[in-house]
Amino acid sequence: MEFIAAYLPSAMTNDATIAQLPLAMPEIILLCMACIVLVVDLFLTDKTRGGTYILSQITLVALIVITTMTFAKQDTIAFNGTFIRDGMGDLLKIFIYIATFAVFLYSKSYLKARDIYKGEYYVLGLFGVLGMMIMVSAQSFLTIYLGLELLSLCMYAMVALQRDSIIASESAMKYFVLGAIASGMLLYGMSMIYGATGSLELSTISSEVAAQQQNIILIFGLVFVVVGVAFKLGAVPFHMWLPDVYQGSPTAVTIFIGSAPKIAAFAMMMRLLVDGLGALHVQWQDMLMIMAIASMAIGNVVAIAQTNLKRMLAYSTISHVGFIMLGVMTATKEGYAASMFYTITYTLMALGAFGMIMLMSRMGFESDKLDDLRGLNHRSPWFAFMMLIFMFSMAGVPPFVGFWAKLQVLKSVVSIDLIWLALIAVIFSIVGAFYYLRVIKLMYFDTPQETSGIEAASDLRLLLSVNGIVVLALGLYPQLIMGIITSVI
Amino acid sequence: MFESWPLLSLVIWTPIVGGMLVLATGGDKNATEARVLALVFSIITFALSIPLYTEFNSASGSMQFIEHHEWMSLGSLRFYYHLGVDGIAMPLILLTTFMTVIIVIAGWEVIKFKAAQYMAAFLIMSGLMVGVFSALDGALFYVFWEAMLIPMFLVIGVWGGPRRVYATIKFFLYTFLGSVFMLVAFIYMANKTGSFEILELHSLPLTKTEQMFIFIAFLLAFSVKVPMWPVHTWLPDAHVEAPTGGSVVLAAIMLKLGAYGFLRFSLPITPDASQELAWLMITLSLIAVVYIGFVALVQQDMKKLIAYSSISHMGFVTLGFFIVWSIYSPVTHDVKMIVTGINGAVVQMISHGFISAAMFLVVGVMYDRIHSRQIADYGGVANTMPTFAAFAVLFAMANAGLPGTSGFVGEFLVILAAFKANPWFAFLAASTLIIGAAYTLWMVKRVFFGQVANEKVQGLTDINAREFFFLSVLAVMVLFFGLYPAPLLEVMDESVTNLVRHILQSKIPQ
Repeated sequence: MEFIAAYLPSAMTNDATIAQLPLAMPEIILLCMACIVLVVDLFLTDKTRGGTYILSQITLVALIVITTMTFAKQDTIAFNGTFIRDGMGDLLKIFIYIATFAVFLYSKSYLKARDIYKGEYYVLGLFGVLGMMIMVSAQSFLTIYLGLELLSLCMYAMVALQRDSIIASESAMKYFVLGAIASGMLLYGMSMIYGATGSLELSTISSEVAAQQQNIILIFGLVFVVVGVAFKLGAVPFHMWLPDVYQGSPTAVTIFIGSAPKIAAFAMMMRLLVDGLGALHVQWQDMLMIMAIASMAIGNVVAIAQTNLKRMLAYSTISHVGFIMLGVMTATKEGYAASMFYTITYTLMALGAFGMIMLMSRMGFESDKLDDLRGLNHRSPWFAFMMLIFMFSMAGVPPFVGFWAKLQVLKSVVSIDLIWLALIAVIFSIVGAFYYLRVIKLMYFDTPQETSGIEAASDLRLLLSVNGIVVLALGLYPQLIMGIITSVI
Repeated sequence: MFESWPLLSLVIWTPIVGGMLVLATGGDKNATEARVLALVFSIITFALSIPLYTEFNSASGSMQFIEHHEWMSLGSLRFYYHLGVDGIAMPLILLTTFMTVIIVIAGWEVIKFKAAQYMAAFLIMSGLMVGVFSALDGALFYVFWEAMLIPMFLVIGVWGGPRRVYATIKFFLYTFLGSVFMLVAFIYMANKTGSFEILELHSLPLTKTEQMFIFIAFLLAFSVKVPMWPVHTWLPDAHVEAPTGGSVVLAAIMLKLGAYGFLRFSLPITPDASQELAWLMITLSLIAVVYIGFVALVQQDMKKLIAYSSISHMGFVTLGFFIVWSIYSPVTHDVKMIVTGINGAVVQMISHGFISAAMFLVVGVMYDRIHSRQIADYGGVANTMPTFAAFAVLFAMANAGLPGTSGFVGEFLVILAAFKANPWFAFLAASTLIIGAAYTLWMVKRVFFGQVANEKVQGLTDINAREFFFLSVLAVMVLFFGLYPAPLLEVMDESVTNLVRHILQSKIPQ
């Protein structure tokens, strides 16, 4: 406590802090609801578990409504400079809620069939969302770290949710150990920067850094901060955990890890590198550039060799992270907006692809091998078409939204005269197109091993259809999201 | 009466909507409904495209039937839904809508497996290809250009032959590889102008170095599509494995998209680089004409032979485009011969659209009966299928460039212009008249004439009314444009002249 009191610039009165509480209304509501869900779940049996599910979904819908209604018109820094409420944060939060809502809906029948339809999944999920919201709204190193750890701890536990699965326990262990190292790196970097600037607040750091750009300790700290961020995003060479965790976790958890936390990680990158250490952009631009190229190269090339669909999507994630980093690397508003658009649309596509795996799975059958997609067009033309949309969108083929995401990142890269970098990016996109095409080949050109249709709950079918149509509709009119992004960045 | 109609939009979106409705008819139980619906929509689309010709003002070389709407703005870039056609694009659009009708009829009974999806793929593809020909915004162009790959990818992969997977992935990746460089070039230019408007790009000043890079980027995209030697290897594979309808679209329209790209983008946007690199383009074109002609000579597979013959014929088109500067004399400023060359190239595009489509349909008719494309499996077909053989010989003659068929007009005009440029160009190009005749007629001889080769050929039945219909329609087109190409030349003349005047001016900023 003394430490915290020491760094606070001026001890504000309690009254002022209380007056700022409404700014954190979504976080407060979520915290209360997560606790309520935790308690309510104690009194529910497996038969009535639907109550937990519905309560969690109602919470998320309420959050979407509240955040939309109180959408921040200007930036407000609150709670002694530890918290920021701005348009970018609110927009990212809304997409985090939407993604989590979709995750809960997609995974319901999957969890039921595997006897892990437990309250823990929802409680951990909601606390994870809280962690993400804190990361998104963080304005000081401490809050960023708090949010990150809250999210990470929830995810470690969720990966291990299937207690009897050896592969899941191994993933959880690996994830935890590597995640702890990365958190350590991040903290180490933060302490360096704190040492050089004497503050944990991003706004103070920002001005301090601008004043002493040549300070070697700052650059030293920056390296560790970038490592921490790269680990959370899954950029090469800090990507080792990602394929194992994606493959080892139950798909219901993979879809959670693979969607909303990417948005939060993007927010963390923006807060740390742009808001806090923006003056050092010459230094971090090079680091991001190298990692982006390596991510696109390794992600796309190694994905070709995969036979497991989840693992393939994990490597595809790594390559997409490369693109997201490219946009931020430009250090221009246009680039940030492009990356944000990329992150959000990537989340939509990843949701659909993992949702598809869960749609096809049933009791005792994971359906996570590439071969399980064989002949899907014979079994269900509609869902084969949905998967086709997700795959072509990820490959960056118009008229799907993935194309516009790539186009804007490329545009921002070309704007700062790095045409060679844009060329490298498109060349690796072609390499990537190959394994997406292979998925389509399996679905359309091969004959199925089984001829039964797809049996899935109607809400799951509906959501997947909506998801696919949204990816197509945004491909025809990407300005729907891009317009808002440009106005908040 | 059509003045207030958004004709181009209708021609683009009617088949796409139609394709979706056809898909909605569901599985193979409702195959007949799917076929009828597809035919209705393809005929409506063709009917809607006819006013593009009748209402077209040939006296004007500028864009007509313009539709210009704000689409969106992303960041600092503005995107427009901007459509319009000139005398070069308009005939190609009619070719597209016409061919779609033929393809639907040609696939009528033949395609039994997932007929609805087959018909829908071709309808959607038709709309997208018209979109490519009429887009006046680079981004819109690119969206259509790439989106078109998706149905084609599926057509080859689902209804293709034994090596279809290899062929279709090769087709997709080759074309995708070329296109992404074009995308980077577009982005580079849009960065300067703030939008992708093609007409603005035409007047954008660019230094020599910039033009060279942009030209090469466009070259990668369009040369793969045309295809030019040495990036042609995907085409024989794709043609051999594709179902008949797929081969027809590939040969008749998709190859033309590449050539159209040279006219709409490479030449007007980077005229100085085009001039600088014209030697390269002429060399590649002549290699395609002569060398690929010889390659066609040794083919055992009929579809492969026609595929190589397509590459050879497309060499004429690119030759016609890039001899501009060899003909041009700064003293007389006479553009007449240049216009003749490009006119010839465009006529060749249209004519090759009919002839190659007809040739592939001819092979398709035989393949449906015997399930072989090998020349060696046939012999004496004329004895058992006399009517069919008459059509086949006519189309073969047209393919060889016999005067009186449309194949002659284009080649003749290009050779005429090439002679003015350099007699050696003309000599090499004209050699195709011999090589082309050799490989086409030799194939005809081995397949159609002589003794009946085996029992399978003995058991052949002549073409039915449906097959007679689409072959005779194509025969009429081939003969009509061979005897009276004037309507075609009239509509394009002014547009080509405009284009030539534009590309003879340097765009390097002073």
